Amino acid sequence: MNSLKSHVIKRIFAVCTVLSIFLLCAMILGLSTGSSGGEILTGIKMVFSFFTDDASHDAMMQTIIWQIRFPRVLLAALVGATLSLGGLVFQALLRNPLAEPYILGISGGSAIGAILGILVGLSRFPGVAGTAFIGSMGTLALVLVMASGQTVLKKDSLLLSGVMVNAFCSAVIMFLISLTQDSRIHNILFWLMGDLSLAEMNQVMILAATVLPCFLLIFCLSNSMNLMLLGKEMAGSMGVNIKAVTIILLVTTSFMISSTVSQCGLVGFVGLVMPHLLRLLLGPDHRVMVPACIVGGAGFMVACDLLARTLPQHGEIPIGVITAMIGAPLFIFLLKRSKS
Amino acid sequence: MSEEKKIIAIEAINLSYAYHDNDVIKNLSFAVPKGGFFIIIGPNGSGKTTLMKVLSGIKKPEGGNLNILGKAIERYSRKSLAQTVAMAPQMTSVDFPFTVREIVLMGRSPYKGLLGFDDQTDLQIAQQAMAFTEVEHLAERKLGQLSGGEQQRVLIARAICQEPEIILLDEPTASLDLAHQVRVMDLMEQLQKEKGVTIIMVSHDINLACMYAQCLLLIKNGQIVSIGPPDQVLNYETLEQAYGCALLVDQSPLGNYPRITLVPKRFIKSSLVDAYLKNKSSKNSIFH
Repeated sequence: MNSLKSHVIKRIFAVCTVLSIFLLCAMILGLSTGSSGGEILTGIKMVFSFFTDDASHDAMMQTIIWQIRFPRVLLAALVGATLSLGGLVFQALLRNPLAEPYILGISGGSAIGAILGILVGLSRFPGVAGTAFIGSMGTLALVLVMASGQTVLKKDSLLLSGVMVNAFCSAVIMFLISLTQDSRIHNILFWLMGDLSLAEMNQVMILAATVLPCFLLIFCLSNSMNLMLLGKEMAGSMGVNIKAVTIILLVTTSFMISSTVSQCGLVGFVGLVMPHLLRLLLGPDHRVMVPACIVGGAGFMVACDLLARTLPQHGEIPIGVITAMIGAPLFIFLLKRSKS
Repeated sequence: MSEEKKIIAIEAINLSYAYHDNDVIKNLSFAVPKGGFFIIIGPNGSGKTTLMKVLSGIKKPEGGNLNILGKAIERYSRKSLAQTVAMAPQMTSVDFPFTVREIVLMGRSPYKGLLGFDDQTDLQIAQQAMAFTEVEHLAERKLGQLSGGEQQRVLIARAICQEPEIILLDEPTASLDLAHQVRVMDLMEQLQKEKGVTIIMVSHDINLACMYAQCLLLIKNGQIVSIGPPDQVLNYETLEQAYGCALLVDQSPLGNYPRITLVPKRFIKSSLVDAYLKNKSSKNSIFH
């Protein structure tokens, strides 16, 4: 009978194992493919030769794999994990399956902060991350104020507020860009569409150190998120400290999202695609969904980055374009379905 | 009667709460004995729901004292309060596809750690709660797929799963059809009689309420109009004072329970009502 005792824990392990295999495969593919050419199979061999200490390994290729591709793949994984977890948290807090940092304008707000930081000439970390955080908290406050006064933050009013905040953010961003005359324009523009190409190992490590504790904190609150889906008052009557949990989740999520935005720019819809896909497969229990979104989101983003790098003959597509092309149609489909 | 009756489950002393200047409660004082069936009635905006939120600890009273099982509510921790008082709200829509079992199991969270992993006991208690409200067969279905009556029984099972001494229900029969209304009320009575749980309920259906309640609390504008056994509270003077509409009060064919009949405008001063009044003592009706 003890088998039932850890029913949820078992599910978490099973789900994480499967998704980790997916993530690992995506990462190996991500390491072995790239613009420097070569067959995929040789690439994979190259990756493994590092571990087997194969004498035949190509030093040049090894440098490319471990100095250039590895940080990028890691960054993609971290960004994907953060954004899909961010989406999941917002969906739970606002009790709205369509909520997502990008759609709500939170990402846009941190982008304004980040661009201001870049223009002033701050370093990526902590300077730009800090201004991005301030920007995201500002827009978050704005969205919440606009949507407040409604009973449970009505779906449409929340999405509409988000659309308006987003429109406003875009205007501010365009304004900032129009003021900029030098080469920074190109950087900013590319960054706005989501850009993982600037990944450096030490930056990635700092990002990891920033977001991993956030993941843990959110996992600890995952059961409270379950209860809050029944309504704040119900959760309160089951012993959840609603105010504390809400504030911790909002601040933690905004913090980790602005950290990633400051590293890689705006990547939309990841927070919509992954939680929905996983919820469809695994059900809504956040104790399972939080780890699943972290690992699954990471794998999804690494795969999207792989597409971004390999689809075009020359150069690469901004990753935000790929995620939006997948995510926006899904959003429309979900909106249509939730209306019926 | 028994020893248990003397224990007070909820004692409100001069309880007050203001809320955007409306839907307030003012200086409410009353006591609900342990194991009692207590129903709060009153017109819209009289403060019933606010009162329930204050009683459940969701809203802090701005004035007065509230004792639960003889202990001031502030002295309870969140968890111990949740182990004592459970709440079944008005129908909530849940946009996330939780199964019935998952929802009922959430009632165990006041007894569990941060992540709320369930053990065998939790699963058993949830199973019993589902059996009690007859939703066992729906355990693996999603809440959103169920009918209103089934959803309400699931939410009640969740409250039972919390193993509270006191259950607060906010209009549990609203939007249910006749059969489901009686079924939910019978369930609550069974819970009160068999398990000694104190039931406190807000209801709009006075006829149904007076068949079950041991004590009725009639409030208007946040103040007590009348409190006591149904046959004392439900006379036309008090009802007229509270609701301000034309109605007849007579006796239910099922026994010594008051029965309210609302009188549409076209019947006021009609020969039908006159004939009725001649038969009955006119004390029991009100027209204006």
